[in-house]
Amino acid sequence: MPDFFSEGFFPNINLQDSSNWATDFVQREIIPRFPDFPVELGSVLVMLACAGIFVAVVPLLPLVLVLAERKVAARFQNRTGPMRVGPWGTLQTLADGIKLIFKEDYIPPQGDKLLFLLAPYIIFACSFAVFAAIPFGQNILVSDFNIGIFYIMAISSVIVMGVIMAGWSSNSKWSLLGSLRSAAQIVSYEIPLGLSILTIVMLVGNLSMREIVGSQDGGIFTWLIFRSPFTFIAFFIFFISAIAEVNRTPFDLPEAESEIVAGFHTEYSGMRFALFFIAEYANMFAVSAIGVTLFLGGYEGILPGYDFLGGLPGFVIKSLGLVFVMMWLRWTLPRLRVDQLMNLCWKYFIPISFFNILGTGVWGLIFKNDDVWSIGISCAIIYVGLIGAYAVAGRNMARKPEPQPSSV
Amino acid sequence: MESIQQTESKIIELKPFTDEMIVNMGPQHPSTHGVLRLELRLDGEVVREAIPHIGYLHRCFEKHSENLSYPQIIPFTDRMDYVAAMNQNWGFCLAVEKLLEADEKKDFEVPERAEYLRVLICELNRIASHLLSFGTYGMDIGAFTPFLYAFRDRERLLLLFEKICGARLTYNYIRIGGVSEIIPMEPGSVDEQNYLDEVKEFLDYFEPKIDEYNDLLTANSIFSERTMGVAVMSEEMAISYGATGPNLRGSGVDWDLRRDEPYSIYDRFDFDVPVAKDIPELGALVGDCWSRYKIRMDEMKESVKIVRQILAEGLPDGPVMAEMKAVRPPKGEIYFRSEAPRGELGFYIVSDGTPKPVRVKGRSPCFSALSALQELSRGLMVADIIAIIGSIDIVMGEVDR
Repeated sequence: MPDFFSEGFFPNINLQDSSNWATDFVQREIIPRFPDFPVELGSVLVMLACAGIFVAVVPLLPLVLVLAERKVAARFQNRTGPMRVGPWGTLQTLADGIKLIFKEDYIPPQGDKLLFLLAPYIIFACSFAVFAAIPFGQNILVSDFNIGIFYIMAISSVIVMGVIMAGWSSNSKWSLLGSLRSAAQIVSYEIPLGLSILTIVMLVGNLSMREIVGSQDGGIFTWLIFRSPFTFIAFFIFFISAIAEVNRTPFDLPEAESEIVAGFHTEYSGMRFALFFIAEYANMFAVSAIGVTLFLGGYEGILPGYDFLGGLPGFVIKSLGLVFVMMWLRWTLPRLRVDQLMNLCWKYFIPISFFNILGTGVWGLIFKNDDVWSIGISCAIIYVGLIGAYAVAGRNMARKPEPQPSSV
Repeated sequence: MESIQQTESKIIELKPFTDEMIVNMGPQHPSTHGVLRLELRLDGEVVREAIPHIGYLHRCFEKHSENLSYPQIIPFTDRMDYVAAMNQNWGFCLAVEKLLEADEKKDFEVPERAEYLRVLICELNRIASHLLSFGTYGMDIGAFTPFLYAFRDRERLLLLFEKICGARLTYNYIRIGGVSEIIPMEPGSVDEQNYLDEVKEFLDYFEPKIDEYNDLLTANSIFSERTMGVAVMSEEMAISYGATGPNLRGSGVDWDLRRDEPYSIYDRFDFDVPVAKDIPELGALVGDCWSRYKIRMDEMKESVKIVRQILAEGLPDGPVMAEMKAVRPPKGEIYFRSEAPRGELGFYIVSDGTPKPVRVKGRSPCFSALSALQELSRGLMVADIIAIIGSIDIVMGEVDR
């Protein structure tokens, strides 16, 4: 538990630090063999190699996720999903990709050509740049910024620029409506998202993703979601806001198919459309991974010292779990209206988030150290709160009359 | 000079509206239920006005009919409300039979067995139609899954229709003086028993599903937020626009032709007419989108009830088609209305004593309900327009005819 009021609480922002692990690697592995090798160049090369692996591997994620989404949706809907291409349709996404490559690359003649061409790349680049700061494992990360989470927030807000550019340059009214909806939505939901991340930063006292994960290494009850009742609330605000950030049902207004056709990417076709599509799934995984890193222990396992649900596989499993919840919501819930969406954000999430921050500060004052007591009390409060919420919800349910206004 | 500037600035301040955007919604749009075109005047997301333009599916049904004999017209009625084609067949046949009653030389009576078959099939068809409405409404609001659930169940119904008349969508099953016997089903035969068993099996399967769908969609809080209190159509407004069927009952008017002006053998069955009521605990108002939608969900249960009564009685013996000569109604005119799934379906027929009608006019319930859209949608949001279109449940084939 940090001391909030000491000088060292605010992390000093120093990008030089970020290359430390690469420099260490070069000094440990390469210098003994090639003493003349320049350390700076070596560390840059190591980082580039890591980034290369990420660039090669991470785009495969959407391929898997698209198929997973279709299979999950099919299960919910009593279907089998794609079954023809490859065994159990596993190569369907590949086939779709090939089809999209061969499609006409249509550019609306009345639109703004430059912006139209640029927009998908901005979105694509930003959603993949986020992966640079996500620690997949103890040593599996491109760069350990000491401002990791701050970087992620910053990069992911650039996505909205791409969305607005796409909507504006298409010269289509549906696209314009969609992009404006998207702008309003993403900008609004960034606030509760950022505020709920702030509660974590307050507890850990660090913006580095690796440090945040490192503080959760004592098993499931040291995961930040259980460390105080306020982070528990913050997790749900974070997750719901994240769903809104990545434009998924019930917050998929920017691309609401039944209202504004396809929103900002109505006019896109072929590979440019595919870029949007891939970016959406990459985003989905990215926010889940951030959620896991911040709240669910990242690559740390359930038991201290054991690798169960830990390490790279554990991290991926936990992230995919959150992705599954997103899919589950998408295929179950209807869509909100614009004003309801904004109400939810400004009237509920943001006040609750501020309350959370206040609460976290008080919690930090009361429990100076994370010990059995603080975690025990926290878990007890969460348990009582859940029971209470269940009771209230149950009473509301019971109050609902059997829904049939039938027969006079 | 100064005064002019002042007045100008005042005018600007008094008009806080931004530029209006005119958007064409349709005729190719995912949720205008066919080829409806709406001209939207938008102020941001707020709809200042929505003007429906129709006629994209106009196929001259009425003019065509003037050159066809009466039995030849029946397939054309299939194409009106293609979602509930059995009921359209029936509406037309009822009108022609009524016209034939005026004939002194009238020599036929619709057989009892045919009446039972008509009610059985038309109530199943009503379920199929409401199921489609339920599924697409869910999709309009943004929930995709109910759509596929609805189509899964509708598929079973379509198989039942296929078994009795060979067609899945445009049936041409109900004929003047009875029903088609293209697939023979002898009274008391194994075929008939099998068929009724299959209907019963479907009802047993389907009845609990209605509650499941109510849990899934009707009681969903996002769904009710989106539809409750939206686009309230008052009782007076519903009557003045000529809204009928579920839309009228959704506005709190207790009116159902099957009960209030019973035709065929509806007076023999016991069923309720669902009428919307205010539900303050939930926030539902009489006449809002949710009430209109809910009436359809409740009507499916009532249809199940009617079909169960038929199954309990069993089909009577006898022919399914009256022995009759060529259909040649006497000189005269008739307007007859029946309760189709989407409301009162009326046919106005003028005959000059020849085998072909002089004039046929279809009174389309969707057309009347659609005319209320302009008034309902004023000042709402784009997403609400979709909610309204779905809740008044239009089929463009019937609007345009």
